[in-house]
This record gives sequence, structure tokens and C-alpha cells, in this order.
Amino acid sequence: MSELTAGRTSAVEKEAAKKKEWRPISYWPFIVPAMVVVLAVIIFPWAYTIWMSLHEWKVGSPPTFVGLANYLRLPTDARFVESVWHTLVYTALSVALPLILGTLAAVIFNTKFPLRGFFRGLFILPMMATPVAIALVWTMMFHPQLGILNYLLSMVGLPPSLWVFHPATAIPSLVLVETWQWTPLVMLIVLGGLTAIPSEPYESAQIDGATPWQTFRYISLPMIMPFLFIAAMIRMIDAVKSFDIIFAITQGGPGSASETINLYLYSVAFVYYDVGYASAIVVVFFALIIALAGALLHLRQRTHWNDAGGSA
Amino acid sequence: MAFNGPTRRAVLQGALATSALGLTGFPAFADPAWKKYAGTTIEANLIKGPRGDLLQKYASEFTDLTGIKVESEVIPEQQQRQKAVIELTSGKPSFDVVHVSYHVQKRQFEKAGWLADLTGFMKDPNLTAPDLRVDDFSAGGLQFAQNEKGEMHSLPWSVDYFILYYNKEMFAKKGIAVPKTFDEMAAAAEKLNDPANGIYGFTGRGLRNANMTLWTNFFLNYGGEFLDAKGNIQTDGPEAIEATKMYQRLLTKTAPPGVAGFNWMESMATLTQGRAAMWIDGVGWAPPIEDPNASRVVGKIGYTVVPAGPKGQYSAAYGDGIGIAKTSTKKEAAYLYCQWAVSKTMGARLLQGGGGVPFRNSILNDETVRKGVKNQEWLDSVIASAKISKLGLPVIVPVAEFRDLVGAAVTATLSGADPATELKKAHEQFRPILERSEKT
Repeated sequence: MSELTAGRTSAVEKEAAKKKEWRPISYWPFIVPAMVVVLAVIIFPWAYTIWMSLHEWKVGSPPTFVGLANYLRLPTDARFVESVWHTLVYTALSVALPLILGTLAAVIFNTKFPLRGFFRGLFILPMMATPVAIALVWTMMFHPQLGILNYLLSMVGLPPSLWVFHPATAIPSLVLVETWQWTPLVMLIVLGGLTAIPSEPYESAQIDGATPWQTFRYISLPMIMPFLFIAAMIRMIDAVKSFDIIFAITQGGPGSASETINLYLYSVAFVYYDVGYASAIVVVFFALIIALAGALLHLRQRTHWNDAGGSA
Repeated sequence: MAFNGPTRRAVLQGALATSALGLTGFPAFADPAWKKYAGTTIEANLIKGPRGDLLQKYASEFTDLTGIKVESEVIPEQQQRQKAVIELTSGKPSFDVVHVSYHVQKRQFEKAGWLADLTGFMKDPNLTAPDLRVDDFSAGGLQFAQNEKGEMHSLPWSVDYFILYYNKEMFAKKGIAVPKTFDEMAAAAEKLNDPANGIYGFTGRGLRNANMTLWTNFFLNYGGEFLDAKGNIQTDGPEAIEATKMYQRLLTKTAPPGVAGFNWMESMATLTQGRAAMWIDGVGWAPPIEDPNASRVVGKIGYTVVPAGPKGQYSAAYGDGIGIAKTSTKKEAAYLYCQWAVSKTMGARLLQGGGGVPFRNSILNDETVRKGVKNQEWLDSVIASAKISKLGLPVIVPVAEFRDLVGAAVTATLSGADPATELKKAHEQFRPILERSEKT
């Protein structure tokens, strides 16, 4: 009898032990859905894109395996090489200009003046507009004979410009639109940083007789640096993949003067239906974005959050 | 074409137009078994624009006639082309009827074999009205719709000829005659050019890709042929170089600054704002030019054929067709729809509305239909262009690449680059693409 009881007890214990062993596995139901989603929408498309990039594949005809031929075609493709250069110039300008102007605007909006709230609201309006809609409005404004921009230039006695209608001024003009729309975002981010700075350093600086420029250069700027990096990162990712504004205004023209990688990619994939080659461009484009983001992150790590608040 | 307000003449013309529809339209619908496929629902994939809109607007008339219900999807040109190609490639397109842009898609569709052969349907009296005959379509239309074996894989629907628009007032002021040749045109443009007062002798498409539709008018009239007998591209030959020089001369010396970025929209704006004396583009722009709300030159614009070049006089033609997906299970019902789309009634509406020009001679030659067109000068330019029309783009698969690469070269000449060098460079890039596409 006692033996039997003992046996039963051990069986119960074993069961309990078994349950204990299984317990850690119960987190799987929570992970599997996420993994399925990641696999389906990130990993699979990526693997498939890489697979496609190894094939000569025109829509309408079957794919043939060509190894790295599509990648080897890239450096010899003048349009691609040019588009990489255009992307870099476009990105550099559309990160730098909004960053400088946005910081300046933030410094202005950080001081107290009448109707500040109203002007701040007015200032962030461009950010709310739909890029394609504003692009179409800008296209009309850029018109060399009928546009308002040249009329305004003539009012102040400046010679007319050809804006997006000349290869040399096409990218700068597009950057102007981009700057107009995204300076407010940078302003908001930097303003957030400025308001977080304690007032003591400014008071000490004032006592020491610092000029406004010195105050900005040696107190504000280092303290808002982390915010500037965030703004730069957001702008960089946005500018490098910019499509709507360029497509709606110049379609990459005149000639191919404003054709960025994204626009060229669109043509190859959806106008020429050259899916294999387009996939190779995507892979290289992705590598470029990762490299740019990596470089920025590296720089960012050299600045510290606690510079801004003193704690954290 | 909307002129100023409804005048007595306009009302009379409107009445004539209405009677034209009665005369030329529905009686022709009496013969085939229109109701045989009643109850069927077909899907149509159309391009947004005057032609697609027209079919959608009158779809209920088709349903009344046949009992076939039509669900049409009308989307912008570029997106429609992409959607059609992607769906046809998948093998299971969501549509039965598809709007085809011949000048871009002919060879691509033919090679892939995406469209159903309509030759048999056209011979079947139960399906086809007696007035719809192959020989009623203009030669250009048949060139587009038929394959090498002479099979009809679509019905030619609407053609876009390039014509010369000119500002009569400016010509009269300087006592200049309407140019008959390119040399006369360039000379006239130079005389009329007055940049100090914001007036330019000539305007036209300079933007890459878009500019090719204008450039080919020069190319053809300088004696150019797109392909030789072996299918090699010839658009960097001596004719192309001479044509580009003329294009360059007009668009750099006598066109508004910034023309290198002009598509039809910017070019038209210069003309309608009274800033340009001449413009060569598709026939479809008369309605906006004569619209007092959008134009300052209402009643001042003359319409005529593209001037002759040293080797001939041609008008570059681009066209639309309507076809049926090979995989469709409702081909007969879809065919009835295509037939209705190119019918006399619909063709007359298209022409009289200024939205396009039917490929069918019986519509263009019909006196009553003609009288219904308000702008007779425009109509004359259309009819004259039809007689001298030639396909405006090479019939190859990579048309888009051709337009982009050669178009970029042509645009580059507007910044002073040498035509021969630019064309040579573009063709070095384009030839391998053409070879690859013909190989697969």
C-alpha cells in the first residue's frame, strides 16, 4: 500500500516536474506571430529581391539565371552612376539647409515675442501639406515665363532664373521645395531641445559677459547636438528616398539632371519592366542607405545625451 | 471645342451634331445578335482621359443595347499601362477589355501574346455589324492593330496626329505667311521672336521622353526610318542628326528659356497665354486653347499640318486601341463592347468633342459628322494630317528606354551639346538594351 502511495506520489511529482520543464516554452505563442510577420514582410521579400537580382528578368518573359551580371552592369551604366551622385547631392543639401534654417528658426521661436504661438503655428503649416499637391503648385511657381518666382525676382531687380527648367538649377530648386516643407520639422525637434536646457548656464554666461553668438556656440549648440543628430537622421532617411516631389516636378529632368536612384529605379522596374536589374539596384540602394545611417549613428555615439540635461 | 458662349450658330451646330448622331449611329447597330450575351458582366481597364471618360459616360447606352453590364476602371495613363502589364503577366488579369497605347505597347503585347485574336469575330455576322470592316480603318490604324500575319488583335480606336498650332494675329501683324517647310518655319520663328516683350517664335516639348513625340516629326520629315530591314535602330544616322539640328535651332534660338523642361502642359501654357507664335503637338488641344476661361488666344489660333522637311511631309501619329485579354472567358461580350467603343456613334462623339480622332475613314468622311465639328479649320488639319501620317515611334519592345535615352540626348542639345555626339552616346547605351529585348 505504502509502496503504491509512494509510486503515485513520485508519478505526481514527475508530472509536476515535467510541467515545470515545459513552462519556459509557453512564451512561444507570443513570439511566433511576430516571427511570421517578420518572415513574411521583411525576410522573404528581401531574400526574393536578392534572388531576382541574380536573374535577367523582363516582365513578360521567363527569368534566366545570370549570376552577378546585373551587379556588374551597374558601374558601366552611366545613368545609374549619375543617379547615385544626384542622390548624394540632393540628400546633402536637403539635410543641411533645413538643419541650419530650422535651428535658426528654433532659436528665434525660443525667445519671447508677441504672437509667438500664432507665428509658430503658421511656420509649421508647410509640413502638413501633401507633397504631391505642393509639388504641383511649385511647378507652376517655377515656370520661367509665367511663374510667380521670376516675377518676384524681377520686383527686386534680380535677373530671372530657370529653376527646375535648367539642368544646373534643377536639383537646388527641388531642394528649395524640400527645405520649405521640412524646415518646420527640424525647428520643432530643436525647439524641444532648447526648452530642455536649464537656465543656469545662460545666467552664468551672462554674468561672464558672453555675446549672444558665444552663448549659442558654447552653450546652446553642444546641448542641442543630440537633437540635431535625430533631426539629421530623420531628414537623411527622408531625403535619400525622396520620390514624390521630384517625380511630380521634374520626373528626373531636364534630361536626367535630377534623376535620383529612386527615380531611376522606378523607371527600370515599372516603365522598362526590367525586374532583375531593378532588384540589383534596390540591393545597392539599400546598402547605401545602411552605410549613410551607420555613418550618422557613429557620429551620434560621440555625443552624449547627458550633455543636454546633466542627468540621464 | 467650346467657343464663346452659346451663339445662334453654335445652337444650330449643336442641333446638327445631334441629328448626326441619329443619322450615323444606332441604325448600324441593328444587325448582329446584340442581345445574345445579355446578363453577362464584363470588366474594362481604361485610361483616364477624353476617350476613357467617353466610354464610361455612355456605358449605360451599351447596356441598353446589349444587356451586358460593364464595370470599368478608369485610371491615369502611366498607372494603367503598369497595371495592365503586371496583370497580364500574372496570367489572370482582372479585366476582359483593355485600353492599349499602341505607340508604346504594340510590340510588347504582340511578343507576349496577351491579346485575343479578333479576326474570326470580325468575319462573324452574328457578332459584327456590316459597317465594321477591316478596310474602313486607316492604314496607320491597321499597322498598329495587325500583327505580321495580318491578324487583328485589337480594334484601332483613336489616333493622335501632330499638327502645327500658330497664332494668326502675330503672323498677320508681321505679314508672315503660314510656313510650308521647316526652313520657312524656322525663318518665321526667328522673325516673330521678340524676347524683350516676352514673345517667342516657337514652343514645344523639350523634356526628356516627352520630347521624342515632337522630335520624330522632324526625324520623319528629314527622311528618317526608325529601323532598317534587320531591325537595327537608325535614330543616330545622318537624317537624325540633321533633324536634331533643326529641332535644336528652333528650341534654342526662338523658344522660351527653360524649354528643356517643358512638357505639353508648359508648352500649351506659353501658347494660350499669347507668349508663343507656333507650337507643334497632338491634335487634342483645341478644346483648352479655345476655352475662354483658360486661354487668352481664343479665336486667334490657326491649325495646320506639320510643315514639310527636305525629304517629305509627314505627321507623326500615335494611337490607342481597344483589345481583349486572351485569358478572358467572356470574349464575345467583350468584343461587342470593343465594337461599340469604335462605332460611328462613339467615334462621332469623340471627334466632335475634340477628344480624339477615330481611325475609321467612314466616320471622318461622313459629311454630317464633319458638320457637327465646330472648328472646321481644326478638322481640316486633322484630315490633311491623316493623309500624311506615319507611325511616330519605332515598333520595338523597349520604347520607354528609347524615349528616355534618346530623349535625354535630344534635351542635352538644348544646352548646346553637339547633336551627333549626343545621339551617338545615347545609342551606345540603347543598342545593347534593344538587342537584349529582342533576344529574350
